[in-house]
Amino acid sequence: MIAVIDYRVGNLGSVRRAIERLGFPCKVTGETDEILSAERVIFPGVGAAGKAMEFLKETGLDEAVRESLRREKPILGICLGAQVILERSEENGTPCLGLIKGKAVRFPKPLYGAAEGLLKVPHIGWNGVIPRRRHPVLEGIRAADEFYFVHSYYPLPEEEDVIALTDYGVRFPSVIGCRNLIAVQFHPEKSGTAGLRLLRNFCMWDGRYVE
Amino acid sequence: MLSKRIIPCLDVREGKTTKGIKFKENIDIGDPVEMARFYYEEGADEVVFYDITASSDRRDIMIDVVRRVAREIYIPFCVGGGIRTLEDMRAVLLAGAEKVSVNSAAVLNPRIIAEGAEVFGRQCVVLGMDVKKVASSDRIPSGYEVVIDGGRTRMGRDALEWAKEAESLGAGEICLNSIDADGTQEGYEMTLTSLISENVGIPVIASGGAGNIDHIYDVLTRGKADAALVASVVHYGTHSIRQIKEELNRRRVKVRMAW
Repeated sequence: MIAVIDYRVGNLGSVRRAIERLGFPCKVTGETDEILSAERVIFPGVGAAGKAMEFLKETGLDEAVRESLRREKPILGICLGAQVILERSEENGTPCLGLIKGKAVRFPKPLYGAAEGLLKVPHIGWNGVIPRRRHPVLEGIRAADEFYFVHSYYPLPEEEDVIALTDYGVRFPSVIGCRNLIAVQFHPEKSGTAGLRLLRNFCMWDGRYVE
Repeated sequence: MLSKRIIPCLDVREGKTTKGIKFKENIDIGDPVEMARFYYEEGADEVVFYDITASSDRRDIMIDVVRRVAREIYIPFCVGGGIRTLEDMRAVLLAGAEKVSVNSAAVLNPRIIAEGAEVFGRQCVVLGMDVKKVASSDRIPSGYEVVIDGGRTRMGRDALEWAKEAESLGAGEICLNSIDADGTQEGYEMTLTSLISENVGIPVIASGGAGNIDHIYDVLTRGKADAALVASVVHYGTHSIRQIKEELNRRRVKVRMAW
């Protein structure tokens, strides 16, 4: 069973549908017991970091995520889930879970692209990823594959935890991770066949990652 | 680098698409779910459904369509048409749409944008704008006026001012439809599109007038649009989404080429 953590941020149905489409059993849940008994955990999210952290602490789900990490379950953070795993977010100076060293930062303002000129924030739409390290969850992702992004902040971990980068005015970490935790700034559940491949890889990953 | 999006738009009335693909025999052209899947497999970056069901007590049919589409395509899709309340928005989003588009209701009651953004997040709320070219005046300095009811009712609001206001209220994107260009297949309204796109900080989806690939190329380059809505040009088989993207790619417009 794969637990999709329900902490009242955004539409979790799309993650569940994608996982079920791939043939893996999946449950959207806000119950600590169910999360801890799951074989692997997806930590999604859209919206503001402050509100998300508040809800996580109130419900004790922050501990469920930490405990899942300690138990070496494979964990996938998505979008806001890739930001609140860091130590803090620049979004209203929110202290976060601290599962990975670093912080979430906002795109610089104004933001310029070499070819495009002035860029809009949020970064909305399809963009590529440039791998920095091999990772089982990125297996089979091709150079031309693109993923669907919607965000104004991005994760900035230590260099050793950067797995892939994306260009949007700045070159920012779009896939990060260490040990049994991997997190993507984009939405794999909305990224067509490339996204489904990444999700399938995650569903089959044993959680081991040695660089 | 971010790709420009190509977005097919499907009009749906009582659960059936009203325009069909002429050249495909293996799909049910009346079924929005099948058509969405067809475009998804052809490389569409997103899909927009516009519910033109007249009677509001048949709306649950559209919710069922949304639910079925969500099981078939794994790209974002947006639903518009007849969205008047937060409950309408919630129903569409819970059924599996990524975004919901508000048009007339937002002109009449702009607060729905702010409330939708607050409850569901800005990224979910698309402002649909129908715009008509008029003589420039004190009230309409840009010479583009907001209209509703498919252009029948002029609202006395300047399109540029409305776009800026909607952005500050919390709209995440603007789908900008030119009533003058809509259905002509003679090209997008370029002046309007670049005017709005250069003056807001949110993505602008150009709509109305696409008849060939040159039109799409123009609006994504000179027109400064972030995405192009296409309807007849793909529904009637003038071009496939793949052909459009291959040609744009050849002309160095950044589009997603792997799917």
